[in-house]
Amino acid sequence: MRALCWYGKDDVRVDTVPDPEIVNPRDAIVKITSTAICGSDLHLYDGYIPTMQKGDVLGHEFMGEIVETGRGVTNLKKGERVVVPFTISCGNCFFCQKELWSLCDNSNPNAWMVEKLYGASPSGLFGYSHMMGGYAGGQAEYVRVPFADVGPIKIPDGLADEQVLFLSDILPTAYQAAENGDIQPGDTVAIWGGGPVGQLTIKCAYLLGAERVIAIDQVPERLAMARNQGKAETIDFSQEDVIDRLKELTGGRGPDVCIDAVGLEAHGMAPDAILDRAKAALFLATDRPHALREAIQACRKGGVVSIPGVYGGLLDKVPFGAAFNKGLTFKMGQTHVQRYLQPLLEKIQGGELDAASIITHRLSLDEAPDAYKTFKARKDGCVKVVLKP
Amino acid sequence: MTEEQKSAARGTIGVALAGGALGLTAYGVYRQVRGQKAEEGHSPVASVEHGEGNKFIRLVTINKPAAELYRYWHDFTNLPRFMHHLESVEILGEGRSHWKAKAPLGQSVEWDATIINDVENELIAWQSEEGAQIANAGSVRFTPAPAGRGTEVKVTISYAPPAGQIGVAIAKTLGEEPSRQVADDLRRFKQLMETGELPTNDRQPQGSSPLLTPTGLLAEATSEPK
Ligand SMILES: NC(=O)c1ccc[n+]([C@@H]2O[C@H](COP(=O)([O-])OP(=O)(O)OC[C@H]3O[C@@H](n4cnc5c(N)ncnc54)[C@H](O)[C@@H]3O)[C@@H](O)[C@H]2O)c1
Ligand SMILES: [Zn+2]
Ligand SMILES: [Zn+2]
Repeated sequence: MRALCWYGKDDVRVDTVPDPEIVNPRDAIVKITSTAICGSDLHLYDGYIPTMQKGDVLGHEFMGEIVETGRGVTNLKKGERVVVPFTISCGNCFFCQKELWSLCDNSNPNAWMVEKLYGASPSGLFGYSHMMGGYAGGQAEYVRVPFADVGPIKIPDGLADEQVLFLSDILPTAYQAAENGDIQPGDTVAIWGGGPVGQLTIKCAYLLGAERVIAIDQVPERLAMARNQGKAETIDFSQEDVIDRLKELTGGRGPDVCIDAVGLEAHGMAPDAILDRAKAALFLATDRPHALREAIQACRKGGVVSIPGVYGGLLDKVPFGAAFNKGLTFKMGQTHVQRYLQPLLEKIQGGELDAASIITHRLSLDEAPDAYKTFKARKDGCVKVVLKP
Repeated sequence: MTEEQKSAARGTIGVALAGGALGLTAYGVYRQVRGQKAEEGHSPVASVEHGEGNKFIRLVTINKPAAELYRYWHDFTNLPRFMHHLESVEILGEGRSHWKAKAPLGQSVEWDATIINDVENELIAWQSEEGAQIANAGSVRFTPAPAGRGTEVKVTISYAPPAGQIGVAIAKTLGEEPSRQVADDLRRFKQLMETGELPTNDRQPQGSSPLLTPTGLLAEATSEPK
């Protein structure tokens, strides 16, 4: 089959690779009909995530049709359409049973690698490095889905791929980010990052009762999308001092909820951001937490900092004293996707949530290497790319 | 990656393990298991000098009742399913069993073992019989975790560094991290008991199948943000 493979920094290629096969009883094989590129894929593309190997198949946002099931999968039949969560979860362990799906104890065959780094391993992920399980991803024609009896959600007829594809990751991620903010009536929510996750988080924050949403980015098309689609106010961080501006917009209090939808590759104009880049290059720190620092600094006393943006390693100069003395609450982590599938599918069906509207690029799988370039450079107004195998 | 590549990548080969665990200071475990009942100064395995063995303790919590875990483990023929360096365990009767583990260079190590303590749903302890190439002992204890959190499983393995030529070879390869293997075996036990299968990324599609050197995986892994 054809699949997008990782070969190194800024180097992904569409290769012919062997088809996946059923290995375990609870596996299914899915023929992919739509797959997307995620901001998280850029962290791989930029070489930030360790334990990648040349030839690894990328992609963790995908949906398609069941073509084969292992003998342990009785709830899915050949021909059924499913969206597959990017978190691989067994459904049997303590964490799955508490609906902490992205913390599944059993789905990462390389858990020992992560344990060295983090003390314990989260769930396995599709197409996201060997320390996260080494599972081949879904920017491909076919994919093997482990624990298929608990993960995938069946999609009723009448819904187009584009309407439901983002249930695989970014829609639940945005929803969880907003939910973690514990939004109260009257709250102002500030969101760093106007990428796909940020755009959908704006919508979810309003859905969960935010009074105002303020989006922060520097890409003009993304700021425009946040204003036009999301009905957010916007701050261009390349033009204005973010913390001052947020104070100004909130009567000097600061936002009640601050959401970092940027993650470890934040860009910045300030000296700390430039220092971060130098340090990352020298290994003194691995991540560049510029957006997180601002979120902590800006957040009102007793507020919540919610972090859907991905971090992988060590952070330097995080203003923990500010966080402590302002009594902030932090919530973070990979998304517990399975928890949100059914409720969000219903919101899509009921017309309460439109995730498809952020798609700006529709391309074939063969065009994926160019799509990565465009998405990374945020060229052509690119916000979200959907690929058809 | 295949199992072989994985173990190579890890830079350890295990012979033995957990149950298969190579050997032990049988005496240490024996004492621990039997409590005060062991007679001071008298080792049940004559060939192992007291105090010379290696001992590992590993724990895992499994979301299943102790009775179910005990039953599965108690049938030693199940052990090779999750102790990947064991080739087979054969039941000889009367608490005795015959163990066969993979050793480096395509060799294998075999020994007979006896159950020395067995408390239903709580504890199983075994040790190699006199004359084993690598004297070893192990025990597994099942204790209910608080508030329905499943069962805490504690494995203790000890073995005496083997002697002789094969012993040297084994010791060399074992050198790195034999306790790692006990931990892996225990993780597989948990995966098998909780999910009914062993999660794997074997036989996955991959571009231009990369060759793994023993350290290649992690070398690539830790290579910077380039
Ligand atoms: N928690 C999860 O499970 C989960 C799931 C999906 C994505 N993510 C993460 O969410 C983050 C966003 O994903 P995305 O797909 O939207 O990525 P993206 O790269 O398209 O968007 C990031 C945006 O942040 C902006 N940005 C950079 N530095 C900034 C700064 N200092 N202040 C404000 N904005 C800044 C960029 O201009 C860009 O528009 C990534 O880190 C991704 O890995 C997490
Ligand atoms: Zn993603
Ligand atoms: Zn689980």
